[in-house]
Formats: sequence, C-alpha cells, structure tokens
Amino acid sequence: MDRRESIKSILLGSVAGGLLLESCGEPAEQVSQKIWDYQYGRNAKEAAVDQELLQTSFFAEEERSLVDCLANLILPPNEAGTVTEAGVVPFIAFMMVDYPPFQLPMRGGLMALNAKANRTFGKDFISLTEEAQKSLLDTMAFPLEGVDEQPQEIQFFALMRNLVLTGYFTSAVGIKELDYRGNTPHVWDGVPQDVLDEMGLAYDPAWIEKCVDQEKRNETAVWDEEGNLLT
Amino acid sequence: MQIIENSTVYDVVIVGSGAGGGMATKILADEGLKVAVVEAGPFFDPADPAQQTQLKWPYESPRRGAGTKRVFGEYDMAYGGWEIEGEPYNRVDGTQFDWFRSRMLGGRTNHWGRISLRFGPRDFKGKDRDGLGENWPIGYDDIKPYYDKVDKLIGVFGTKENLPNEPDGFFLPPPKPRLHELLYIEGAKKSNVTVIPSRLSVLTKRINQDRGVCFYCNQCSRSCAVYADFSSGSCLIFPAQKGKGQVDLFTNAMVKEVLTNEEGKATGVAYINKEDRREYALKGKVVVLAASACSSARILLNSKSAQHPNGLGNSSDLVGKYLHDSTGADRMAFVPALMNRKRYNEDGVGGMHVYSPWWLDNKNLDFPRGYHLEQWGGMGMPSYGTGFDPNGLNKYLGEKVGGYGNSLREDVKKFYGAVVGISGRGEAIARKDNYCEIDPTTVDEFGIPVLRFHYKWSDFEKKQAKHMHDTFEEILTNMGGILLGDKPGADRNYGLHNPGRIIHEVGTTRMGNDPKNSVVNAFEQLHDADNVFIVDAGPFVSQADKNPTWTILALAWRTSEYIIQELKKQNI
Repeated sequence: MDRRESIKSILLGSVAGGLLLESCGEPAEQVSQKIWDYQYGRNAKEAAVDQELLQTSFFAEEERSLVDCLANLILPPNEAGTVTEAGVVPFIAFMMVDYPPFQLPMRGGLMALNAKANRTFGKDFISLTEEAQKSLLDTMAFPLEGVDEQPQEIQFFALMRNLVLTGYFTSAVGIKELDYRGNTPHVWDGVPQDVLDEMGLAYDPAWIEKCVDQEKRNETAVWDEEGNLLT
Repeated sequence: MQIIENSTVYDVVIVGSGAGGGMATKILADEGLKVAVVEAGPFFDPADPAQQTQLKWPYESPRRGAGTKRVFGEYDMAYGGWEIEGEPYNRVDGTQFDWFRSRMLGGRTNHWGRISLRFGPRDFKGKDRDGLGENWPIGYDDIKPYYDKVDKLIGVFGTKENLPNEPDGFFLPPPKPRLHELLYIEGAKKSNVTVIPSRLSVLTKRINQDRGVCFYCNQCSRSCAVYADFSSGSCLIFPAQKGKGQVDLFTNAMVKEVLTNEEGKATGVAYINKEDRREYALKGKVVVLAASACSSARILLNSKSAQHPNGLGNSSDLVGKYLHDSTGADRMAFVPALMNRKRYNEDGVGGMHVYSPWWLDNKNLDFPRGYHLEQWGGMGMPSYGTGFDPNGLNKYLGEKVGGYGNSLREDVKKFYGAVVGISGRGEAIARKDNYCEIDPTTVDEFGIPVLRFHYKWSDFEKKQAKHMHDTFEEILTNMGGILLGDKPGADRNYGLHNPGRIIHEVGTTRMGNDPKNSVVNAFEQLHDADNVFIVDAGPFVSQADKNPTWTILALAWRTSEYIIQELKKQNI
C-alpha cells in the first residue's frame, strides 16, 4: 500500500473519520482526496490561505482550454509522459492565484494570441489546424537576438513554456523521465567509479581516509581527549 | 486591558527557542531548575507527520515547491521570512536591512545550513590586528571547553586540519565529496585556495540513542524527522523536557517587554498570547533573552521603566547599535563536462561536503577581514523553477535557443546537474552607525512598537565582495566552467547582498568589560540588571568569517553555567 492509499484507508476506515467525512456533505472519496492535498506540512495559518487559494479560480473555461492546447504543443504527449498526467494545467491555474503578477501577462497574452490567430486565419487559436497553430508559435517561440527587451508575445510564450516545463518536470512522470534518483533514504558513499573514470577524476586517498566508514555509522561515536574518533 | 498573571515563579524565563534559547533550556533544566520557554511561534516537531516536509515530492503540493509563501521554497522549514504579515519593520535614510524571522519552536535552527564553525583565536581580537572594531572581552581559550562540549552533545562532522584560525574539535567523520565538489577541489587548488571537508552539524555517525543517523536526503533545510541534523527543538528542548528539570513551553507567545521592580531587577516578562490576543505576565528570578539579536534589542528598548528610562540595559545607549550581518556574494557557471550526466543518487547531507576557510592574509589586501567559500551543484530534486529557460545554455554550444516541442525534454535532461555555483560569506566591520532602534511611528498587530533599521555597507565590505568575485571567476574557470551572468561592478556594490540577507545578524547588545562601551559583560549578563542575560547573537562583538550558531551555542552553555553558579551563590 502506498502512502496515499494508506492515508486514504486511515481516513475512510475509522469511525470518527467516517462521521466527519459524511457530515461535510461531500462523497467521502472526494473529501479524502482534498485532505490528501493538504498533507504537505502547512501550519494552521498557511493551510487556511491555501484552502482559500485552492477554491479560487482564475481561468475562464475558454482560457483553460487554450492553456491546455498550448501546453500540449509545447510538450506533446509521448511515451515518457504527458502534460495531462503531469497535472500541468491545474498547476498553472493554481500559480495564477498563488502569484498574482502572472495574471495580467497570462490573460492579456492569451487574448493577444487569439487576436493574432483571428487576424491571420480568421479563427480562434484553438480551432486552427496544428500546422496553422505552429506557424503562429514559430513567430513567438524564439528570443530576438541583440535585443534588450523582448516583445510581449515572446515574453508571453517564454512564461508559458517555463510554467509548462516546470509543471512537467516537478510531476511524478517528469521526475521519472528526468531520472532523478534521490529523495529517498540511502547511504552516500562516493561518486561511482565509472563516473570518476569518465571524468578523469580520482579521490585523494588522504582525503578519503578521513571520511565516514559507512559500515560503522551506527556505532556510537567515542573520542579520546584529543578529539580523535575511536569508533 | 488587564494583564493576566501566572502565579508560578520560575527560576528562569527564557525568551526564544532557537540555538541560544534551546541551549539555555537544556543546561538550566538539566540542573533541575524550573524553566519557562516563551516562543513567539507555534510548537514544532519535525517528526510530526502533519508538520513534516522532509521527503515530500514537489507534486505533493499545488505550487510544486514555489517560494511564494515560504521564501526559500514551500518545503523550507521556517515559518516566517524577511516579511511577516502583521509584524512590520521600517528602514531609515534610504538604507537597507532585511530582517529574517522564523516564528516556531526551534526558530531558524529548523532550516539553517548547519555550517558549524568555531571562531578562532584571531576572531576574538580583530582590533589588535587592524585597529578596527573592538576586541571581545574573552578569547578562544575561554570558549574552547564549551565548543568541545557542544561538539559532543550535538554532533558535527569535520576533520582535524591544524589550521591556525580554524580550530579543530570533536568531529564525526565527513561524507565523501560529490562530483561537482571534486571539480571544485581541483579548481580551488589551482588557485592556491585551501579546501577541506566541510563542518556541518549533521550526524554522519550515531552519537546517542535519541537521535537517528543521516540518511542523505539533502534536506536539512526541512528539519530532520529522525533528528539527524541539529535543530534546537529536537536536539535540545525535547531532551530537556525528558530531564530532571521542569520545562514549561509557552508557544504563540510574543514577548513584549521584560518586567522590572523598584530596584531595577527583572521580575519576569509580559507577552501577548497570539491566540486570544491578551496580555499575560510570567514571573522569573532570572530572565534569559534569546529572541535573536534584533528581537532581543527590541524587547530591551521596549522595556522602559523609572529605573531604566532609556530601555532596559540601555544606559550606554548602545542597545541596537553595532548591528552587523555577514557579507555575501555568489556566482554560478555552466560546466559543459557535466552535461548528459550518468544518473545516480547523489543527494548528500543538506549542504556542502567541502569548503574553503579564509586562506589569505589581509595585510596584503585592500580590505581588512576575510571570507569563506561555499559551493553547490549536483543532480538535486526538481522543484518549482526546474525547466525554466530549458535551453538557454544552448547558446554556449552554438545551438538553438527557444522553440517548443519534445526537443525541450532532451534539453532539460542534457543540462540537468551541469550548473555549479560558489558563494562567499565574509566578515563585516561592526559600526556604531549601523543600528536598529524603536520606530515611534509604528506598532505591530499586537500593539508592540516595531524596529526601524539604519545600515550601510562601507568600502571595506564592497572591496571584499569585489575580491570574492575575482576568486569565483578564477575557480569556476579552473573547473572548466563558463561563467553565467555579468560580473557586478561598483554600481551594484560588486554583487554584495543587502545587509540581513545572509541571516547572520549580530552585535546589537555587544559584550565588554566597560558598561559605557557595551551592553552585557563577558558572561552575557546585562551591566544594568544582573538577573538578565542575553544568549543569542546580540552579544557578539564581531561576526567572524564563520557562521554564528556554534558560537551562540558555546556562549549560551557558558552563560547558563554562570547563571547556575550565581543562583547557588545567591548573587542574583
């Protein structure tokens, strides 16, 4: 049972929990999901703020669809993972309320993108063929060289790309694709030999001599009077 | 409003539960004394699943770890920041000081870098060397026994190096360097910069049965659930509660002032309970302030009475003066040899495994005091920001920047772990005209007058930052790095961070033998009221090119023993 499952079972399994959940008037499953969402170490003040933010929405339905469309163009689905699996759009939606300075460039940028689509093709961006969509993005997706201030649409696209990429690579599928191996208890005992060899590096034996012997990490430290470790 | 009095008379009332307050609690309670600990924030235990952030993934939160609410990222374990709603402070004369506060049991020890360096013999006598600032009334020999005891009680890894101003201690063995640290060692050596294993209060080896051993998650900033890092709550206050003394914790209790009697002696403290917003009084035979350098100064200045019309302990008019923070500057570089790295788990301890203590002689330089170097890099856990500007580094490879599509996935993977950085942290000169004082125009949400700051860097600090940047460039280039960003010039103070940004603020209640020239004596006892002590970094005469915590702890231990002795002799 994973952690999410175990918490869910604790919530749904206990009588007191069951009563509490029923009394909220929402299906137990849905409530447990919401409670899970708060299990990231918020103090009381922070939890109250986040609860409010989570109930606030910024995007209109059409805006949300356009963000979803752009996210899938920026990072098209492949076998490693999709922006949908990564929860990219809900994340971007949350950041809009969590960090209000994003709101104006996002809302205005989406509007300007549609205006450009209508001007060029006579339709909203989302209704265009992928080819037509890409032809518009190609004019916005590359920073101009030798320019101090990038035009609005290039800044807008950069913002969207940043949020999509960070949303993806902070998700479970994205972290798996990046192949980050940590955030789990382990014992660090030096750079793998093949990596050292490839880099043409080696540990200085005198340095390593002083480092922790991981076999003895659980033996309680004892020193002599000069501070020499005896264990 | 009526003040609600607690009838208990404590032996000692301790204000604040960070490093100094935690140590005082442990030593005084272990002696069997009845101790009250008054903390402005909530109770915190890193082992409590409801409060824990250690081992959380970014996707377990809606903001993916962004720093919109907690400034160092939402999993950082400091309830607070440079700005706290309802608790403002001001700045005067266009000067800048940023004041970081963490409102929780354990205070800032829950998130700090665990860099645990002893001050050396030279650090106590700076004025003897260059005529600047003031000497401490104590020297290394006075504090050495306490550093030794702190090492053994709390645990710190490091190595014996026999360097003149970096005293060795009772060390646990350090972890092996990681890949970017091996590159740093080579790069630093080429520039004749000393590099040694770092010294952090993280348990690489067991020290007792109450605390666990480091399992290398790289997250000391989140406070360790198995207590393998030093946080004041888990390593000092909780053990003190299990000891023979009585420890009563008052949380969400914001101390307003120290109460005094007709003889000018302290009788306890008044605090605001943040939950019911009412004022309470606690009685104590001794009051120990450990609220942090500026908070303790604020409490003293707000403690005005007929006997102490200028604020408690302020007959010298020096409370709040000589405020100084460590200097700081940073630079980063892209190391092409670190592209497309083989993946493995290189999460180490929560901080650097190697560092460079100050290696030069200031006699030959145009600034008077030194700095140390920290460095960072590696394949760390993704968090908000990972993937921003996904292929900007392509410009150094002559490849396409920008665009969209699945090539971006490959860009992010290619550059993962290929950026490294170096930070310099140095000693500033304490000056009387850098200070905090009560702002008569403003109160916080509890009705307590707030601080305002006046702080300017001098040319000494700016020249030191310039030297730091020259060093960064040299070492990063030696590492095969391509420097990122511009080298900051005089117009940007050579990249020197605003005072307060390094969060090593000290000096506001400095120690000395002369009551006209200092606030506390060599035992951190107020010259003006002998039953009031200060055990945070306020009594520091000078903040060395080290981190202050280990010295706060050693001094707090020494002061606590002095308090016990004076109580026994019935001197206080």
